[in-house]
Amino acid sequence: MKPKRQWLAEEYAEATAQHPERDAPFETLSQIPVDPIYTPDDLEGFDLERDLGYPGSFPYTRGVRDSMYRGRPWTMRMFAGFGTAEQTNQRFKRLLNAGQTGLSTAFDLPTLMGYDSDHPMALGEVGKCGVAVASLADMEVLFDGIDPEQVTTSMTINSPANAIWAMYLAMAERRGADLGKVGGTIQNDILKEFIAQKEYIFPPAPSVKLVIDTFEWGPKHAPRFNFISVSGYHIREAGSNAVQELAFTLADGIHYVRKALERGLDIDEFAPRISFFFNVHNDFFEEIAKFRAARRIWARQMRDVFGARNERSWMLRTHAQTAGVSLTAQQPLVNLTRVAIQALAGVLGGTNSLHTDAYDEALALPTEEAATLALRTQQVIAEETGVPNTVDPLAGSYYLEWLTNEMERRTLDYFEQIDGLGGVEAAIDEGFFAREIGDASWKAQREVDDKRRLVVGVNAYVQDHPEVPIQLVDPSVVEVQQQRLARVRRERDAQEAESALAELRSAAQDGRNTMPAFMRCAHAMCTLGEQMDVLREVYGVYQEPVLI
Amino acid sequence: MDRKLRVLIAKPGLDGHDRGAKVIARALRDAGMEVIYTGLRQTAEMIVAAAVQEDVDAVGLSVLSGAHMHYFEAVVDGLNTKGADDVLVFGGGIVPDQDRPRLEELGVGEVFGPGANTDDVVAYVRRAVAERRAS
Repeated sequence: MKPKRQWLAEEYAEATAQHPERDAPFETLSQIPVDPIYTPDDLEGFDLERDLGYPGSFPYTRGVRDSMYRGRPWTMRMFAGFGTAEQTNQRFKRLLNAGQTGLSTAFDLPTLMGYDSDHPMALGEVGKCGVAVASLADMEVLFDGIDPEQVTTSMTINSPANAIWAMYLAMAERRGADLGKVGGTIQNDILKEFIAQKEYIFPPAPSVKLVIDTFEWGPKHAPRFNFISVSGYHIREAGSNAVQELAFTLADGIHYVRKALERGLDIDEFAPRISFFFNVHNDFFEEIAKFRAARRIWARQMRDVFGARNERSWMLRTHAQTAGVSLTAQQPLVNLTRVAIQALAGVLGGTNSLHTDAYDEALALPTEEAATLALRTQQVIAEETGVPNTVDPLAGSYYLEWLTNEMERRTLDYFEQIDGLGGVEAAIDEGFFAREIGDASWKAQREVDDKRRLVVGVNAYVQDHPEVPIQLVDPSVVEVQQQRLARVRRERDAQEAESALAELRSAAQDGRNTMPAFMRCAHAMCTLGEQMDVLREVYGVYQEPVLI
Repeated sequence: MDRKLRVLIAKPGLDGHDRGAKVIARALRDAGMEVIYTGLRQTAEMIVAAAVQEDVDAVGLSVLSGAHMHYFEAVVDGLNTKGADDVLVFGGGIVPDQDRPRLEELGVGEVFGPGANTDDVVAYVRRAVAERRAS
């Protein structure tokens, strides 16, 4: 057979001279040029054992478990939260009844930023884009009737992660649960907040210190909990491309590992509980390649660079969510199609759990019907398509393997750049990530504006569409929330609350692990705002340089 | 009267989603306007103070957190109180259709949703400010 290059120069050139190619950008969303075909010529030097292997073994390109979805499908974990703890508790129960297999909690912005519901900065935001949790009392209502030993819960919380995690564990303890059996995930990835989502409170150094406190405390006290979910999702939503998402996320993960090692922790004790969270966007093959490359890069870093010996330290386990940023307000039902294709890419990429966005999320928080449809999308893939019947079915595709290699290569190039700047924290200070992401999102927006890239319903196939019903948040949420807060402050043991906060302050001041103090604060019904105020005083607050 | 258009792009409240705000700031700047971007976590008072101090023609609020009604109202009220009611207030973000009539009543201009074309935003700001100057 003639080499690919020759075929392109001869047959293909001749054919396209007669029937020219479309005038379209033949490149991935990360601007990786895409050839008309891929052949073994593109995989020169590819070593089956070294680069691919079997699923469940190094370098895990094909997945972290031998049987993958033949054993157990991915966890269907829908992100939910709005209004009061009572309302979200009801949504949780209905999602579990609809066949969802894990919970995922969305907190409102005051909670994410460490303010109680009655703080002036919370005005207008309580219960709006998630549920408000200001103390253990809210947490108990939120998980009422849900067994923390049976259902794993993921909590999207970052700067106040230690405090919220402690409230969750305290809730479980008060129900008599064994913390050794309580599983779940806290997002707790502060670096991507500085890079992308911007929900930081304290400056980078003490923020990372708080994260490493969980690395140290978690494996000993809550061994089934993933104390971090290193997240590319938000980096992508902020406008990065897939390569940047992959590279910056793994660089963040490596940064945490280095910091934990600096503290003298044993890599094989903490690394098995590091989990990840990626976006699944529109470019089907690029997304699949991203997940496969992520596992291979992480495995190689952990084993070959950091010398981890426990196999579980090498495995990149990940959650995935379809791309909110890809959803359109125009012809919103079309989002159902986008989400289905993205979800399929996540599954073909071997994700361990998945959230599918609801079609109405470019308009408001999802209605119950829209959220259920999104869950049904996953169930169709799991039950009706046959896709989960064989592990990593696209392995060996010349294109996909080449693209996986390409994503890895470009990621390692970024690692070098970031190291050259002095590491992730230095690169944040220098504005590197803000610039990279800003430029990529600007470029992508211009392509859509100029119709070089078409988006159905937005700049192509435009038509009027009927309004869809949307979820409204009851304005009485604030009162319910503030009343509970007032009751908590009134009824708790004031002396114990004060003394717990004093312990937190001294742990922070002396650089001790803060988790024991957070646990005590949770049980003492200290509010989230009180705890974060103590740390604001000790650590100061961060303000980012303004860059356009 | 031919001075450059001055626009304040603001992120009110706790919401940190700034992709849209930054893209719009860049588009307006590339179109020759003077753009001041507030950065994150601004209260309505801070935004009003910046608008008055910078003597802007327009204020663009970017809100994706659902707190838009609160912030649009507070910024419009604040500008009126300071006698800066000639400033165009427009916006972008996740704003349900149901809320639009009330925003219109407040005198808020266009509120662009996801998928808006940046050229349209530029053209709108030019036109709306010109109309205000003329009236």
